[in-house]
Amino acid sequence: MAATATDTAREQAENPLTEGLERLPVAPTTMVIFGASGDLAHRKLLPALYNLAHEGALPERFNMVGAARREQTDEEFREVAREAIEANSRREPDAKVLDGLLERMRYVAVPFDDSEAYGKLGEVIEELDDEAGQPLARMYYLSTAPEYFSVIADELKKAGLHRHKGADVRVVIEKPFGTDLASAKALQEDISKVFRERQVFRIDHYLGKETVQNVLAFRFANLMFEPVWNRNYIDHVQITAAEDIGIGSRAGYYDQAGALRDLVQNHMLQLLTLLCMEPPASFDADKVRDEKVKVLDAITPPTPEQVAQMTVRAQYTSGMADGEEVHGYLDEDDVPDDSETETYAALRLEVHNWRWEGVPFVLRTGKRLSRKTTEIAVQLKPVPHLAFQSHGSVGVQPNLLILAVQPNEGVSLSLGAKIPGSRMRIRPVNMEFLYGSAFMSQSPEAYERLIQDAMRGEATLFTRSDEVIAQWSIIDPILKAWKDGDLPMAHYEAGSPGPQEAEDLIGEGRSWRGL
Amino acid sequence: MTEEVWRERDTTPSKIEAALRRLLIERYHDQDAFVPARVLNLIVVVDREFRGEVENRLERVGRYHPSRLILCSVSDRRKTIDAWCSVSDDAGSAPGKIAIGREQVELDIGERHLASLDSIVDPLLVSDLATVVWAPHSHEIAVDALRRLAQVVLVDSQDEPELGAALDRAEDLLENAYVVDLAWLRSTPWRERVAAAFDPPALRRSLGEISAVTVRHRADSVAAAVLFCGWLSSRLGWKAGSLSGSGERLSGRARARRGEISIKLEHVEQPGAPGLAGVTIEMASGRSLSLDRTEGGLRSVRRERDGKEIAWTVLGASRGESGILGEGVRQALLRDPTYRPALTAARAMVA
Repeated sequence: MAATATDTAREQAENPLTEGLERLPVAPTTMVIFGASGDLAHRKLLPALYNLAHEGALPERFNMVGAARREQTDEEFREVAREAIEANSRREPDAKVLDGLLERMRYVAVPFDDSEAYGKLGEVIEELDDEAGQPLARMYYLSTAPEYFSVIADELKKAGLHRHKGADVRVVIEKPFGTDLASAKALQEDISKVFRERQVFRIDHYLGKETVQNVLAFRFANLMFEPVWNRNYIDHVQITAAEDIGIGSRAGYYDQAGALRDLVQNHMLQLLTLLCMEPPASFDADKVRDEKVKVLDAITPPTPEQVAQMTVRAQYTSGMADGEEVHGYLDEDDVPDDSETETYAALRLEVHNWRWEGVPFVLRTGKRLSRKTTEIAVQLKPVPHLAFQSHGSVGVQPNLLILAVQPNEGVSLSLGAKIPGSRMRIRPVNMEFLYGSAFMSQSPEAYERLIQDAMRGEATLFTRSDEVIAQWSIIDPILKAWKDGDLPMAHYEAGSPGPQEAEDLIGEGRSWRGL
Repeated sequence: MTEEVWRERDTTPSKIEAALRRLLIERYHDQDAFVPARVLNLIVVVDREFRGEVENRLERVGRYHPSRLILCSVSDRRKTIDAWCSVSDDAGSAPGKIAIGREQVELDIGERHLASLDSIVDPLLVSDLATVVWAPHSHEIAVDALRRLAQVVLVDSQDEPELGAALDRAEDLLENAYVVDLAWLRSTPWRERVAAAFDPPALRRSLGEISAVTVRHRADSVAAAVLFCGWLSSRLGWKAGSLSGSGERLSGRARARRGEISIKLEHVEQPGAPGLAGVTIEMASGRSLSLDRTEGGLRSVRRERDGKEIAWTVLGASRGESGILGEGVRQALLRDPTYRPALTAARAMVA
């Protein structure tokens, strides 16, 4: 069953020529994108491959095989790929590099349940090995509808493409990994019949963002925060992923998923684990992921009775966005009139361990909110004794630490400072670090980093099976309670900060940060 | 772009510093989203007559532009200091986004100011940021005067008329600063590709069988070629001997545990950017690897023992000379532990 996966880190240590290089070698690879004619491939994957090629960051031998149901020739696929790259690349493509990359692209029509098609795919992969004069690593990227993940894995196994004696074989699986706990477990069982865990790379593209990785750097590269990073000093934490847009043309997907599955189960719980995890002994993939799983295991899934107290679900109604009137969710194209899908979700969670017991973690996400922003806000407790006058000022406010993920990228810390004048009056001021002003390099797209990591077998930024199951274990009872109608659907006006009900969730004496 | 400007003839560093502070306050006042870039201080010392050319190069550096640029423009007989300062920002940024600020100081100074340039420039630096010095027109007196302020010196060994002296100078500067050598950076893609070519475990073993290295380079880029060979020598534990020859070819030998390695440097015609044009690495077994610059990347040819050849293109866009300077500025905040050993080996080759 196993491919001959190698220990990349050990081998690099043995190559004396890699010392000091910023860009480490990537094994020669053939990448197969299932769903190559889909939206994600066009908007993200193909442009990411181009940018890696532009920077000389692809493996020295690299091929890409597009696999999708549609019949088309290599040339037709290359033309579509060219258009996708030209439309979506973060930099103007260099004509010669683009031509060179397109030359490496092949296409095989693969109805995903057609065993014969996998035979053809295998022939193409072997042809590419022959051209290279060596077996190339295989990386299967599953960018299809989730119902095909198991089918494709099974067919790869039947065709003997899931392993190779002389080359690493890896599979990258796009989100969502399951739609609830049972389906995630079933999918994991199917995948594990074909691939070993070290071959599987479950994508959560948030983890490829520089600002998300910076949460770890911020916590573990600075001594000053660790002493206060616990229940003794932190009052509560708010994690926000707000979008100002509606569902656009994604009604088909979104009405099945909803806000909880779309953002909370994966991205937001990932942010929570990075914020709460203990320092790992090293940044080895499994050591980091072990610590993240411990955090998820420390969050007790809510009982049906608790769901009503700890969650809010809501749909947007018509309102104003960007100065224009916009439809409510139920009036959006292709949304059923009686849809019970939430476009807003808020949760209050607690991490039951020594460090975090009693600290509320409130999460909120929604469509058509007043502003697009993703951030983590860590509110510290107030000082124990107020020696200063507050008359004539807003007084001493608790320190607030903001880790901004997007669109602004940086860290901001509010501190109390004296207002100039003869009296000792205090107001909060901000200390800010902004990526754009402190680094000279442009952040690469998350997919560029993740594709390169997967080709190198570096799994730190990918979700492990026990991690994804632990995430679903927290979310599943909420989904069930919502489905059973245990919590009425709240409503909020498009362009507003969210439903009033969310204000009650956060608890007395606390309030949500303004968006 | 919007900017605040101040200028004064026959001025002093303290007046310039005060003006900069005032310009910053005005910019904050005018632009709510203003955030001054705080990456590094870059001090550039140039001949006045070539100032425009250097400014154009810095302009093309784009996103790698440092936070505070201090351009010292040197005339032979000038006795006083004239200054021009600007604080600008990208006012075209979208609502809700920050406007990154740039600060630039241009000083017209004379040769007589160079020996004490540190006392002129010191008040103009942003505290606690790395300070980088670049003197593309060989104002060594100025660089030496600025050593106490600079953590990084940007050099281009290829610009110096005498290669040995250029490498000695880099070694000397390393005594109290980190050196970013643009000639070294021109060899980076080649070093990355050679490292990748020998990375598969089966090929890694053949590093010990290397019998000959040939580096093809543009006529003006022998420094990059020698540093590349110095890198191979230092990484693989060779003891490099002197190169001999002249004109279009230099050759020499290095000693390795298993025998001698022939090293050849050859001039070739290469349009476009300076740097290396090709590398061939031969093994005692008869196998070889060649990389040659081509449009859209590097052409790679691997020859096996039986003479069979496999060729392919390693994709990558050329960074061009502005890209190299930008990379040099970016590298000022990083540390490459392999440069100094490579430099030491390269100096042995040109001794």
